[in-house]
Amino acid sequence: MLRLTTPLSDGDVVQLRAGDRVRLFGILLTGRDAAHKRLVDRLDEGQPLPVDVRGQIIYYVGPTPPPPGMVIGSAGPTTGGRMDRYAPRLMALGLKGMIGKGHRSQSVRDAMRQWKCVYFGAVGGAGALLSRYIKAAEIVAYDDLGTEAIRRLTVEDFPVIVVNDTHGGDLYEDGMKQYARPAGEASE
Amino acid sequence: MREIPAGDVTATIKRLCQEANLELGVDMLRAFDRALERERSPAGRQVLEMIKENARIARTERLPYCQDTGFLICFVELGQDVHVTGGLLTDAIDEGVRQGYAEGYLRASIVRDPFDRKNTGDNTPAVVHVEVVPGEHLTLRVMAKGGGCENRSKYKMLTPADGLPGVKAWVLECIKTAGPDACPPLIAGVGVGGTFEKAALLSKKALFREIGKPNPNPELATLEAELLDGANRLGIGPQGYGGDTTAFAIHIETFPCHITSLPVAVTIECHAHRHKEAVL
Repeated sequence: MLRLTTPLSDGDVVQLRAGDRVRLFGILLTGRDAAHKRLVDRLDEGQPLPVDVRGQIIYYVGPTPPPPGMVIGSAGPTTGGRMDRYAPRLMALGLKGMIGKGHRSQSVRDAMRQWKCVYFGAVGGAGALLSRYIKAAEIVAYDDLGTEAIRRLTVEDFPVIVVNDTHGGDLYEDGMKQYARPAGEASE
Repeated sequence: MREIPAGDVTATIKRLCQEANLELGVDMLRAFDRALERERSPAGRQVLEMIKENARIARTERLPYCQDTGFLICFVELGQDVHVTGGLLTDAIDEGVRQGYAEGYLRASIVRDPFDRKNTGDNTPAVVHVEVVPGEHLTLRVMAKGGGCENRSKYKMLTPADGLPGVKAWVLECIKTAGPDACPPLIAGVGVGGTFEKAALLSKKALFREIGKPNPNPELATLEAELLDGANRLGIGPQGYGGDTTAFAIHIETFPCHITSLPVAVTIECHAHRHKEAVL
């Protein structure tokens, strides 16, 4: 089990291999479809971003509203592939990690190698459990987007697994190969 | 003619929205335990343990099981001797969703227009399907349907020549392409027959059957078991990290179809399979 604290350096990222279990500490920025679109639109207009992504990890999450007395509601990952169109632009600015679930495109995986960025998987659907590792949350941009606003989360011990590393490793491909059983082979 | 006030429908929907999102059914909890008995992959076992623990936290701490608290789908069975009074049935359902999501701290995930994409702010409207049945009861079946897995649902019009082998191959193909995106272990609702829209409705309806309970038709029950075995041989595993548990169940519903047609719809549902029902 590896422990990493944000911000991440290139050295932190290149040591990781697909399948490594990691516990994250520090800051995670949140962002999903609508926020990514706005960030990239700003870059297209030559404007600076409202958040600095250098060394940071973006968690693809749209949390539920916090019940009274809690810092955040349920907060599990959303499908990473929907951010494929935007992700390489942020990597070019120094983004070092993404947390989501599901496949990334080849172009994103290529960009991850080029810019030294890693894709972590968190357990999709386990939003109640994952919220326990989030100690603070504040909105830092795009308040009007509601659940899709960009938040700064402070996390401790946040459990993730490396899905795509900077060396071309892919946990989804490796895992499937290891456990696939051809028809006819015994089930147990 | 029995009269049911629209307010009763609203109050019931409000309760069902919250229960569905906070209390995963015992059928699902049993499915998690059964999967743990056979899963070989350490990463897969860890995921199964985490989703079990997640269900426990959701229930006891009153936090939604998943942050995607879903598009509320409501299948209504309306007894033909029932009269809903004091408002329109669909308005009463939407009001229940509005109250249930706001007061339950559930996420608003619906945009009012697919192009302008502004959030409606209260998770309305619901998708409502009404079926008229004999009697004087109103049955409300709700499902909080997540977007990630819904996005992997598919429809295909096969030809009669494709037959059963074609259906089997295509259902497994859907599960394989959904892969890790759909938060496996997943459940597939399969609708075969009818027309384009009927097959899709059947595939949704199939998800309301208690998980793991076979189709009462023995031939369809055998097909369900074969497809489940096929899905679990793919190796995708919990969350796609590799393993033996890609699906918890595959439920098939059929309907007569045209001589030219073999429609097949597959609704993919994640392990956050939240469904509840009430009879008024």
